[in-house]
Amino acid sequence: MTAEVHVHGSLRRRLGLILTGGAAVLAVILYLAVRTFAAQIAQQGQDSILNASVTSILDTAVLRDGEVLLDFPYASLSMLGTSADDRVFYAIHADDRLLSGYDSLPAPGASQDSLPRFRTTDHGGEPVRMATDARTLIGAQGQTTVTVSVAQTQDALSETLNAISRRVALFGIGFFALSTALALWAAATTSRQLRRLTTSVTRRGPQDLRPVAQPVPSEMGPLVASLNTLMGRLDHALTRSEEFLAEAAHRVRTPLATVRAYAETTLQRVDNPDNRKALHAMIRAIDESSRAASQLLDHAMVTFRADTLTREDLELSELLRDLVDRMRPVADMKDITLSLRAEGPAVLHGDAILLQNALRNLIDNALKYAPAETRVEVAVRSEGAGPVVTVIDEGPGFDAAEIDTLATRFVRGKAMGHTIGSGLGLTIVQAVVLAHGATMTLSNTAEGGACVTLQF
Amino acid sequence: MRYLAVLIVALWPALLAAAEWEDHQTFGDTEASAPLRILSSTDTSFFAPIIAAFVARQPGVAVEYLVTGTADLDARFRDAPAAYDVVISSAMDLQLKLANDGFAAPLDMPEHPDRAQWHKRLFGFTTEPAAIVVNKELFADLPLPRSRQDLIEVLRANPERFTGKVGTYDVRDSGLGYLFATQDARSSETFWRLMEVMGRLDARLYCCSGEMIDDLATGRLAVAYNVLGSYAEARATEAGALTVILPSEFPTAMMRTALISRAAPQPEVAKAFLRHLIQMQAGGGDAGFPLPPLATSNDATGGTSISLDPALMTYLDRMKRQMFIQEWENAIVQQD
Repeated sequence: MTAEVHVHGSLRRRLGLILTGGAAVLAVILYLAVRTFAAQIAQQGQDSILNASVTSILDTAVLRDGEVLLDFPYASLSMLGTSADDRVFYAIHADDRLLSGYDSLPAPGASQDSLPRFRTTDHGGEPVRMATDARTLIGAQGQTTVTVSVAQTQDALSETLNAISRRVALFGIGFFALSTALALWAAATTSRQLRRLTTSVTRRGPQDLRPVAQPVPSEMGPLVASLNTLMGRLDHALTRSEEFLAEAAHRVRTPLATVRAYAETTLQRVDNPDNRKALHAMIRAIDESSRAASQLLDHAMVTFRADTLTREDLELSELLRDLVDRMRPVADMKDITLSLRAEGPAVLHGDAILLQNALRNLIDNALKYAPAETRVEVAVRSEGAGPVVTVIDEGPGFDAAEIDTLATRFVRGKAMGHTIGSGLGLTIVQAVVLAHGATMTLSNTAEGGACVTLQF
Repeated sequence: MRYLAVLIVALWPALLAAAEWEDHQTFGDTEASAPLRILSSTDTSFFAPIIAAFVARQPGVAVEYLVTGTADLDARFRDAPAAYDVVISSAMDLQLKLANDGFAAPLDMPEHPDRAQWHKRLFGFTTEPAAIVVNKELFADLPLPRSRQDLIEVLRANPERFTGKVGTYDVRDSGLGYLFATQDARSSETFWRLMEVMGRLDARLYCCSGEMIDDLATGRLAVAYNVLGSYAEARATEAGALTVILPSEFPTAMMRTALISRAAPQPEVAKAFLRHLIQMQAGGGDAGFPLPPLATSNDATGGTSISLDPALMTYLDRMKRQMFIQEWENAIVQQD
């Protein structure tokens, strides 16, 4: 019943991966963006303090007797105090001549960049941020450009940045964890819809081909619509073939029965031995056709039903008793004693119509091949796992060489040339037995009769 | 003759060095191959107990203690940073500039108060106010001043008694004197008026606290301004005439600071010594610490300590120094 499905990947896993991967990328982007932004802001903070320091120093520049003097306030350097006690360097130049401060700082040069100017440079093996500004003083002897540079190490800045980075990293990890949880939840919810549909389809009875009525998400709409259409077509086709089977059985059997009745009647009136012989042959042919038609229809019905068993609890002995009672007239006609031996209850969970069909074919076969004035015994008993049905006749039995191939369609025992049959009987039994997960064993009795054992 | 010349050349630096120090003593294991060289501006008498306790705890270690003035100390250390392990000075500004210029090695001292350390390289371990020290005998009936303003008034009122009998640091020679003067000037204009008054009284200028206190004890000085209180207190007990007065309007207090040379030949011993020094300081006088330990921040006297701050370098600026000294000279060095 479970068809082979080619499975490749998982929607849930794929959805989970995409969402989690997306969250990871977003978390990293968030981290980098906030860190960059924080670095910018922190740098701006340091720059503005450096600039204030430069300005406060530069503001005190005066020309006195042709000499540049800067009496800068205590606050100029005091404002540069940081939590990490960053080192501070400054240099005051007048026209590229160092007036005071650190000569190790890069000289202002003649750069015409816009002022104030900020740059990160290296001082004594340590990175420093440096602000530079200039002012032109005009005196009697001409003009002098005073340039002030103040530089500071970046320990406090990197401490702040590290603190921010740690916090943002934590935030990013939290964001990622939350997103992952959401992703897994979303993937689970989505796949739950699919699973619910699967369950509702799987749980249906074999004959239930109604369209799926429960609401489904819009994305699954087309799939369910296709499924409904397919089931509708299937339902239609099944109904049609069932109708066809019934119709065909009716159409074939009825005229055959009519023709047979006419033939019988005619036989009564005809005395010419040649004609009578011809009529006998005709009746035989009609019987053969009728039987073949009904076996073909049986076989078709069995094949169709075997895929969708309608199981119920059956009492096999009752079912057999009905059958035997119904077939006894046929047996009587051939002077065959048909008996049923039922030992105790034999309950089977199976398809009543199919089993009836199979057992009828089995008994029919036995009656057909058994010579007149013999016995055909049908027995049912419970043994081990399930009921066992045996049908034994006193006929010629199976040819030992053919026992394995007999259940194949249209194969008839070769010794049976004069007996009417299509070769479908055992094939039908075999199909039903397989559909019920049972086994059929063909054997010959010690006296030479055929014995068919069905072990359910 | 040649041998003698070689001997003189070989010994000359040693002789020269020995001659140049104010004091030079070696403690501990004399067999030790290389002593820990401490360059200091603090009198040996104050540091001897600290070093003695250190060498007692560290067998096999010798300590060479070299004393010179704050300005000289700064110059010597800048010339040869690899010749010394630890530098101790009362001139906070010079010390801070040494640390800022990268001469100091870092040391983690998380238990030490933040305001008493800078950049994990410079450690303050005392709080010592600048004091007015007077010789009571020479003041006789005059009221003892309690503030700078009182001092100005008493000096102005009695020029005949105080002429040639007032003294202070020569800020041109003394790093500590320069630090006190600049911090005073930053705080109040009173400083300049006091300098003018002292200048008119023909003030005597000193390089060091010790000499000033000596002259006070012998009566050559009646009053000295901005003397290190700790030194004066030590001498006040032996010379009963000395009185130490902390100016009431704004006391100026400095921290004696220590740093480890980045080029220290014995960095590990130097670190151990600094930790020992800080620990002893934390124990205070009870633990035998001979100097006034760090004041707690909420000191009842409201002592305004000079803070370890890059701004200390302001007055070390060449131009600022030139201008300050010019102004100071104009005030105190009277051109008759």
